[in-house]
Amino acid sequence: MALKMVKGSIDRMFDKNLQDLVRGIRNHKEDEAKYISHCIDEIKQELKQDNIAVKANAVCKLTYLQMLGYDISWAAFNIIEVMSASKFTFKRIGYLAASQCFHEGTDVIMLTTNQIRKDLSSPNQYDTGVALTGLSCFVTPDLARDLANDIMTLMSHTKPYIRKKAVLIMYKVFLKYPESLRPAFPRLKEKLEDPDPGVQSAAVNVICELARRNPKNYLSLAPLFFKLMTSSTNNWVLIKIIKLFGALTPLEPRLGKKLIEPLTNLIHSTSAMSLLYECVNTVIAVLISLSSGMPNHSASIQLCVQKLRILIEDSDQNLKYLGLLAMSKILKTHPKSVQSHKDLILQCLDDKDESIRLRALDLLYGMVSKKNLMEIVKKLMIHVDKAEGTTYRDELLTKIIDICSQSNYQYITNFEWYISILVELTRLEGTRHGHLIAAQMLDVAIRVKAIRKFAVSQMAMLLDNAHLIASNTQRNGICEVLYAAAWICGEFSEHLEESNQTLEAMLRPKVTTLPGHIQAVYVQNMVKLYASILQQKEQAGEKEAAQEITQLMVDRLPQFVQSADLEVQERASCILQLIKYIQKLQIKEVPVAEEVIALFAGELNPVAPKAQKKVPVPEGLDLDAWINEPPSDSESEDEKPKTIFHDEEQRHSRHRQPEIDEEELARRREVRKQEQANNPFYIKSSPSPQKQYQDTPGVEHIPVVQIDLSVPLKVPGMPMSDQYVKLEEERRHKQKLEKDKKKKKQKKEKKGKHRRHNSLHTESDEDIAPAQHVDIITEEMPENALPSDEDDKDPNDPYKALDIDLDKPLADSEKLPVQRHRNAENLKSPDTEAPLVGKKSKKPKKKEKKRKEKEQEKEKKKEKEKRVTEEGKKGEDLDFWLSTAPPPSSITQTQSEPEGSTVLAEPEENEDAKKEEQEEENDEGKKSSKHRKKKHKKEKEEKSKDKKKSKKKHHHGEEEPAESVQNGTLDDEPLPPMSSYCLLAENSYVKMTYDIQGNLQNDSQVTVSVIFENKSTSFLKSMELNVLDSLNAKMLRPEGSSVHDGIPVPFQLPPGISNEAQFVFTLQSIVMAQKLKGTLSFIVKNDEGSTHEKLDFKVHFSCASYLITTPCYSDAFAKLLESGDLHMSSIKVDGISISFQHLLAKICFYHHFSVVERVDSCASMYSRSIQGHHVCLLVKKGENSVSVDGKCNDSTLLSNLLDEMKETLSKC
Amino acid sequence: MIKAILIFNNHGKPRLSKFYQRYVRGRASLYCCNCIHSGLIGGSDNKLIYRHYATLYFVFCVDSSESELGILDLIQVFVETLDKCFENVCELDLIFHVDKVHNILAEMVMGGMVLETNMNEIVTQIDAQNKLEKSEVSHICHWYQCALIVL
Repeated sequence: MALKMVKGSIDRMFDKNLQDLVRGIRNHKEDEAKYISHCIDEIKQELKQDNIAVKANAVCKLTYLQMLGYDISWAAFNIIEVMSASKFTFKRIGYLAASQCFHEGTDVIMLTTNQIRKDLSSPNQYDTGVALTGLSCFVTPDLARDLANDIMTLMSHTKPYIRKKAVLIMYKVFLKYPESLRPAFPRLKEKLEDPDPGVQSAAVNVICELARRNPKNYLSLAPLFFKLMTSSTNNWVLIKIIKLFGALTPLEPRLGKKLIEPLTNLIHSTSAMSLLYECVNTVIAVLISLSSGMPNHSASIQLCVQKLRILIEDSDQNLKYLGLLAMSKILKTHPKSVQSHKDLILQCLDDKDESIRLRALDLLYGMVSKKNLMEIVKKLMIHVDKAEGTTYRDELLTKIIDICSQSNYQYITNFEWYISILVELTRLEGTRHGHLIAAQMLDVAIRVKAIRKFAVSQMAMLLDNAHLIASNTQRNGICEVLYAAAWICGEFSEHLEESNQTLEAMLRPKVTTLPGHIQAVYVQNMVKLYASILQQKEQAGEKEAAQEITQLMVDRLPQFVQSADLEVQERASCILQLIKYIQKLQIKEVPVAEEVIALFAGELNPVAPKAQKKVPVPEGLDLDAWINEPPSDSESEDEKPKTIFHDEEQRHSRHRQPEIDEEELARRREVRKQEQANNPFYIKSSPSPQKQYQDTPGVEHIPVVQIDLSVPLKVPGMPMSDQYVKLEEERRHKQKLEKDKKKKKQKKEKKGKHRRHNSLHTESDEDIAPAQHVDIITEEMPENALPSDEDDKDPNDPYKALDIDLDKPLADSEKLPVQRHRNAENLKSPDTEAPLVGKKSKKPKKKEKKRKEKEQEKEKKKEKEKRVTEEGKKGEDLDFWLSTAPPPSSITQTQSEPEGSTVLAEPEENEDAKKEEQEEENDEGKKSSKHRKKKHKKEKEEKSKDKKKSKKKHHHGEEEPAESVQNGTLDDEPLPPMSSYCLLAENSYVKMTYDIQGNLQNDSQVTVSVIFENKSTSFLKSMELNVLDSLNAKMLRPEGSSVHDGIPVPFQLPPGISNEAQFVFTLQSIVMAQKLKGTLSFIVKNDEGSTHEKLDFKVHFSCASYLITTPCYSDAFAKLLESGDLHMSSIKVDGISISFQHLLAKICFYHHFSVVERVDSCASMYSRSIQGHHVCLLVKKGENSVSVDGKCNDSTLLSNLLDEMKETLSKC
Repeated sequence: MIKAILIFNNHGKPRLSKFYQRYVRGRASLYCCNCIHSGLIGGSDNKLIYRHYATLYFVFCVDSSESELGILDLIQVFVETLDKCFENVCELDLIFHVDKVHNILAEMVMGGMVLETNMNEIVTQIDAQNKLEKSEVSHICHWYQCALIVL
């Protein structure tokens, strides 16, 4: 036998190893797939061998193939075999393969638990290390739960190599098994001060990662991190800490103030760019969060900007990029400091790297002022010409438009310049942004009245040269500008000088090649043009000319009538008939011009995009009210919503508005009248600088269109935008001189300078008056529109308050009944601690022991900290930190409060280590001192034992948490009033209690946690739970098993022991409660032998179990109610004697609601189902009764919920 | 957190791929191209940070908790470590010894978090493990020789 084995292995010596496989693949480039499938066959053979070396080799090859994208999950079992090899060489191969291909769905993963545990406790540190590394990649909730204690023990391993790995992997364990966070946290915190820098760094890593998700829970660690920051020299650790502080400062402004100094020191001293960059970033974040100015505020900003300049000037592209990125953050709050580095930014526009150019472009946006806009845009125009890639050029184009049009054309002093810029942009080939340019042209022409004349002349020119723009099919995007051009020429045809020529241009046959929607605009607008020409001619008495023009239309229009585009065809044929009719009248010598022009009479005013929304609901109009009362229940239904709204009324401005309305209305009307009255004057009083330009069509006005030599055109000078820059300078200079002269007569001067009423002036800009006396017409708003911009927020966004991170490691801890218990208590007495204490002291001793222990550790820690800080240089530090220690909680609370929401909702939000601590501290202080001392002693004894023998300590650490976790679930049972676990079934052997929890991650799953308690003196094993699925509800079984298979309970029960198992059920509809029948089968084993036993049960899925406690802010709540798509129902229960607080707590606890707001004996509550139904309640307490009004998306769900609630309440 | 580490050459051929979060697998080479172009790897909180050395791209996909420049330094450490362990590392080393590259990486990054940034420490651990491996392999060789003699 042995010989056979040996022989087999020798054969195998000639097998391919990894290198051979790689070589083979490289040699079979043509038929790679075929070769690999051949290799996989070989590997399958090798895996069947008994020899572990062969297997390991095969697995090693598979790992390589996995990287190439081949599925190797079929070999999962073999991988586990290799993992369990005794030799490190093979073990490492196995773990590597596992880490590459195992995931939560891998079913064989549960077979690894024991192997991993064995490896973790291996005497060889590398076995342990490799197991930890592997585990970090494929840890599942089960593995995390089972191995948490082992890993926690390893955190105190003698070898730093193991310690740091154990510390790091704890993060993964927390993620998968959140319950472990609290027991493990003290030890993790200890590791922050580990003598080994690697372990320290790992601990910082883990805590930073945790804190990033829930920063406020970790505020209390700030002093510790602060100390690390000032003492550590490891850049990696420093970066992590500094980033963490960046996340913490928004929560605690005082922290920010304290940070500035050490951070600026670091900025000054460090040579590492990465650290410098992060420091700068955090300083920026701090300064942004400190809204109120600090004394050396500007100094720090200046320092940051200076350092960033160094980064940007560096030759390293990465630094440049990041420097610009950080700069843009500063720009948002401190534009002035950045503006002084304009030169640098402009320089970056010339960079060869496109991403850097784009970043610089972003910055430019915030750097323009009235003074430099023209200059900057000129520079950008040069770039547009030079740009090679279309994407970058398009980006430039949009940026130019963005920059110019930002905040309602705030920085544009000369609109003629802007129009010519837009016209110049039409020369761009192949841009996708023709519509953007067109939109700008339209917007400016409509809103800036004074510019219309100039705009029309430019547009006429564009139309005249339309063939250039439209000739190339590739330039399709740009022909959109013709749309704008045609419309502007038509609409403002009174400004057109050579209308005949323009009309002819629009009637050219070439136009029919344009896209349909543009042609349609052409057709419509040529009639406008025609009408104005007709009027001109008739007034001048040139009848023949008038008839000529009509004839031209009649001749040319048919080409549009034949258009394939419906819109064009329809308009053209309609207009053709109209014109033919006009022609008839003309022949009869009837004057028609007035009637024709009447077709287009009236002015089009721009309407603000939000105008419709802003129309206030007239007083007395209730859109929610019934027009015809519904037949039944009308009375109560009508009243209830009102009562619900009542609470929110003060907060909602819409209801308040009518009072101010009339005043506001009168004022607005006045303003509008004035505007309208003033409009014509703007144009008249203008010294019309455009005339100047037209009078001097200088040689440098080289018309763009002349490039095209093949087409002889008489094109008037198309002004280049550049000329405006010079002219503008001159003008400004002149103005300045003038101003100096007239300084005394400033008041009079103002007359001539109508400032645009809606622009904001920066101080430096103020002395630059716009060239044209331009009025930007504000977009029209309905009369008595609401001034507030409140509507911008989405009213249907109840999730704003529900912004809960699902990755959050702690939130899931609701599953533990221990915490639920506390939850409910918090609700009852958020501010008065007394009843809380009373309750808590009743709790089983075991639990208290655990808490005490934690407390102890914490106290010890604190003392240590105190000592250290006291030893430190500054006594102030201590003061600061001590003073900050209590506030975090108050701050977090006030932060959630501002909108008027109550603190009540807060405790529901999450259970966190931080709060826990405080609670415990509070408890501690109020507990009877006797009690305390006793515990204290006991605890001390334990502690001293721990210290004596480190080995024992390990042991201790291993057992303790396991016990406490188990106890946690048990503890609550003896407290009948507030346990969510109810009896499932019971016989002489076993007792089952269960609780149902909705699954946040999956909208159709609930988790049923069942506690099995062995009541007998026998050993229970092979427990298997099976449930008869209904159509609606099914138990989630492992893939491949049939509906009749039961799920094995993953543990055995020795006598007197209990344990908890969880089963997942999927549900289709959750609007109704359900009952599922099931059976637990198990084997009872005792001295006399073993028997097979069964226990039948019924699982009751109440509707409340589909709800997930979700906090909701009152404003979101109000909006939700208002949205009007909720159904409504109510119940009333008499004979209730318990206090309102207890009552609310009960509803919160049993029905998974959270309190939104509470006023006296009235409270609004909220919850959400796993499928996203919102459920809102209004609970009112009368003398002896309680009435509950509910609103929910689904009426069935609501009525079922209320029924359940009735049952609970009637038990009170 | 580091979400993924990829090494591929100028032609997009994968030389190493390590994902710290699970993705639905397609062909890895496809991944390499896609993730560069579209930031395909899980969620929106992604940054791709890479360095280009000769024929190879070292790409780290990270979330916002990592410092960009810090990761660039880390890549540098990684490459220097490879250089030390392979003695003048080149693409071929990575092609034929991808398992070793994985082992080196495992000493630097664990489960998406940085384990060690000190190159000497990393090299020491790698050497120690190689030594351990060698002692085992020599043992096996010895066993094979014995077997041959028996035959």
